[in-house]
Amino acid sequence: MKKEILAKLPYGKSFLFVDELLHVDENGVTGTYTYTENLPFYEGHFKDRPVTPAVILTETMAQIGLVCLGIYLLKDIDQNVSVAMTSNAIDFLKPVYPGEQVTVTSEKVYFRFNKLSCKVKMENAAGEMVCKGSISGMLISKGNE
Amino acid sequence: MNKEEIIEALKTIVEPYSEEVSAIANIDENTDFINDLKINSANLVDIVLDIEEKFNIEIDNDSMAKMLTVKATTEIIAQKLEANAG
Repeated sequence: MKKEILAKLPYGKSFLFVDELLHVDENGVTGTYTYTENLPFYEGHFKDRPVTPAVILTETMAQIGLVCLGIYLLKDIDQNVSVAMTSNAIDFLKPVYPGEQVTVTSEKVYFRFNKLSCKVKMENAAGEMVCKGSISGMLISKGNE
Repeated sequence: MNKEEIIEALKTIVEPYSEEVSAIANIDENTDFINDLKINSANLVDIVLDIEEKFNIEIDNDSMAKMLTVKATTEIIAQKLEANAG
């Protein structure tokens, strides 16, 4: 199931921020991603001082916490799922540098009328909280529009 | 709870989700959530969840699909309240 979820992710290689899913069930998901040093945004964020941009941390939390969970929740629908993030509120507590691996854990708050809302946190390899917050999105199974 | 009271409660629920100040101020039965109040589908879900909590009712998918105007929403709330009372 975890492999099937990864195969269904709609992202191309340059914007895929999920390496592995460690656990997934009806109520939540845990997954990992490593920000390799050659990722293109490090060249400009910042000049001579690479730090992972907060938008990329948010995107990573959304891809693992919202999209992977959404694909799982709609697993019985035999269609491709498209997802749109509709809101988020995230606190950023620590920087993430090139080469770091992060673990994202997401808990479902509700999934109703195609809207999935989750509580999501990201931890670094030392187990320290990097960022946390809530993310919501609409899940639309194609062919259902 | 009569129709006017439901509309008044609905106005309080909807207000934080719309930037259309004059449309909110003049909210009435004919107000359309999407066209008049410019509320998107994600916020419409939150409005329905707020309605469930405020009125202590449960909204099913079919009802949700109809809740696009103040009039339709008010009717559904009134029906559910009546069903609960009965």
